[in-house]
Amino acid sequence: MAGSRGRGRSQFSFSVDALGFGRGDSLPSSAHTPSPLYPPMQFRPVPLHTGEEVDYMLALKQELRASSKNLPFHIQAARTKTDVARYSDKYQNGETKNNCIEWSPDWSRMPKELCIKVRKPRKTVIGAKPQLTRKPKVAAGKEEALQKLETLEKREEEQHSEEEEDEEKKKQNEEEPDADEDYDEEELEDETDYIMSYFDNGEDFGADSEDNMDEAVY
Amino acid sequence: MTAQEVRLCGLLLQEHFGNVVEKVGTHLIRSGVLNLRALAHETKLPLDLVKKSLCVLVQHGMCTFGAGRRGPAGPVEYRINCEHVFHMLRYPRYIYTAKSLYGDTGELIVEEILQRGQMTMSSTVKTVADRLTHNMPEGQSMDYSEVVSVFSQLVETHFLQRCPPLASAGSSSSGAVDTPLPVATQPTEPENHPDCYKLPYINLTGQLLQSKHSSHTKKLFSGQPLCGDDGIYWQVNFQRFHLHFRDQAIISAVSCKLDQSSSEIVRTMLRMSEVTTPAHAAFTQALSANEIFRALLSSYNIARPILDQYLSLLVDDPMEFVGKTGDSGGGMYVVNLHRALANLARATLESVVQERFGSRSARIFRLLLRKRHLEQKQVEDFAMIPAKEAKDMLYKLLSENLVQLQEIPKTPDYAPSRTFYLYTVNQLPTARLLLQNCYKTVGNLIERRLYETKENKRLLEKSQRIEAILASLQATGAEAAQLTEVEEMITVPERQQLESLRHHINKLDSSENQVDETIFLLKSYINSTQASH
Repeated sequence: MAGSRGRGRSQFSFSVDALGFGRGDSLPSSAHTPSPLYPPMQFRPVPLHTGEEVDYMLALKQELRASSKNLPFHIQAARTKTDVARYSDKYQNGETKNNCIEWSPDWSRMPKELCIKVRKPRKTVIGAKPQLTRKPKVAAGKEEALQKLETLEKREEEQHSEEEEDEEKKKQNEEEPDADEDYDEEELEDETDYIMSYFDNGEDFGADSEDNMDEAVY
Repeated sequence: MTAQEVRLCGLLLQEHFGNVVEKVGTHLIRSGVLNLRALAHETKLPLDLVKKSLCVLVQHGMCTFGAGRRGPAGPVEYRINCEHVFHMLRYPRYIYTAKSLYGDTGELIVEEILQRGQMTMSSTVKTVADRLTHNMPEGQSMDYSEVVSVFSQLVETHFLQRCPPLASAGSSSSGAVDTPLPVATQPTEPENHPDCYKLPYINLTGQLLQSKHSSHTKKLFSGQPLCGDDGIYWQVNFQRFHLHFRDQAIISAVSCKLDQSSSEIVRTMLRMSEVTTPAHAAFTQALSANEIFRALLSSYNIARPILDQYLSLLVDDPMEFVGKTGDSGGGMYVVNLHRALANLARATLESVVQERFGSRSARIFRLLLRKRHLEQKQVEDFAMIPAKEAKDMLYKLLSENLVQLQEIPKTPDYAPSRTFYLYTVNQLPTARLLLQNCYKTVGNLIERRLYETKENKRLLEKSQRIEAILASLQATGAEAAQLTEVEEMITVPERQQLESLRHHINKLDSSENQVDETIFLLKSYINSTQASH
């Protein structure tokens, strides 16, 4: 026990010199400011682990991060167009819309109130009948002719989109799972004979960076 | 939920699922439980976005829902499971473990299920077979049955489990949730479901043909009939992975402290008691020395008397990894799991103090851990450190809250002259403090990485574009001159900058993984103390 054995109430249980300063010495200066944000370190930190296992897990982590950005679980708010509402908006391909979900969960495992429209990518199996969301006022006789025309158009569009897809695939990660073919069949939205990919409403003129120098800009 | 935990959850959600889910998730963590309308109102997000975010969170098992305070008639309430969000930090470790145990197939299965939250067996098998076939050379393809066999192995060893059915009264199948949900007191543990590890019968059509047009193959399978396991979803059993990590930590600690052969003996003991020991047990089932000898692999080449010597060495070791509980069958031995975890946590704490404050402060810290309460003079004497320096170190440790001061009064009035002041270290609160520091560290690492990426965004985008151009040029067979021309679009100083950026990001990522190992150890220790109460 570090107590002095003296009698009397003024004796403390620790001796004065155990405190670290003697009588009459000035107390160590008190801090007036909060401690610095990056206090200087006394010792350098130990280097990180190295090895095959560590490298593999590092690569895994970076791949997971990159691929999770492309999964449908990565939710982005739909960009609100602050411009004037245009006629062509109906025909533009939808980027993410707020009111549909890009993957189809099992709704029986979720509360009913979360149910939201699932955005189906249109399937484009060659030869299968296209699903027509036609208005019923089209006469029955014309429907066959229209359908033939549309299958022809779709075949053309498919080739075009397949080329685009091949290019895209090379740019993507190897580990990424195959994304659904996700282009909308814009020309089937309403009765129009024009192929949407040929239409350019001039919004992107000059706004893009000069990357895709495929076509000359006049 | 501490502030650091909430911050880390937010950063992890943002990294994987984007800003919207981050906003929804953080708000829900801070508020505890909320229903849909309140959540949409308070986060000021459109209702549809909130619905989508909740769908994502429920799909990944991070959010649970149940009937709220107003009973089954009231709105559904949601709550976030923070532990599950932290598991996202450990995904690479889970995937690597699956790879080391079950090869590439196992790795891909676990990766798919982790990324998608829950999956049916048939869709997992198809996707994994797809991916494996892509990586194989031309002409070969992956057989479904191989993938199915690896899947069943994962289920048999309990690494994968069925998702628990929704707790609707009476109905065993996962029907539509029109029936009122019971009050969300306790979420149904997946282990309570009797069919938790039962494989469903599925029929998948033969082999996946590899063809050059992968999109073409997809179309062939798109119209397939149901595979017979609809509604049965599988998820990763994190607890089982954690037990595996815990065993690995104990084995490596034994091999560091003693030697390789004793670690092999402990590995055998742990392997034998994998299925018989419940998850939160303090020690494994008792194993007799005869059983251990029979179960030892012959490659270790340990004779019976040597085994006995090793076992007695392990029992006598002060770390107390192995204990002797009886003498029948040549001696009954158990592995002391909780004590091993406590020792590992203690070693972590000591190492932290040593690296931050020096070996002499670490000596004081270890002294206080062992002797519990000491006065200042006693500390100086036992640690054999001169008084002035000991004082300095003690006060520094005290200011960092690693050491606490305990006052013991002699008289009812706490007069300083008549009070003992004793220094002490409590392992459990200190471990909690360090755990919070770890969460803060990981949060800082992530933020720094985001900052570095943002600073160099332009450069990164440019390099990605150049790579894409190079790849497309190479695919269409361009000449070497064209390729070099494109490569030169990145100047040399830019290349150096890119190189140093990659180096920094790799370092930050690697640090995250390493801090996560410490988090795992400390969390297991803290959970083990709670379980025993």
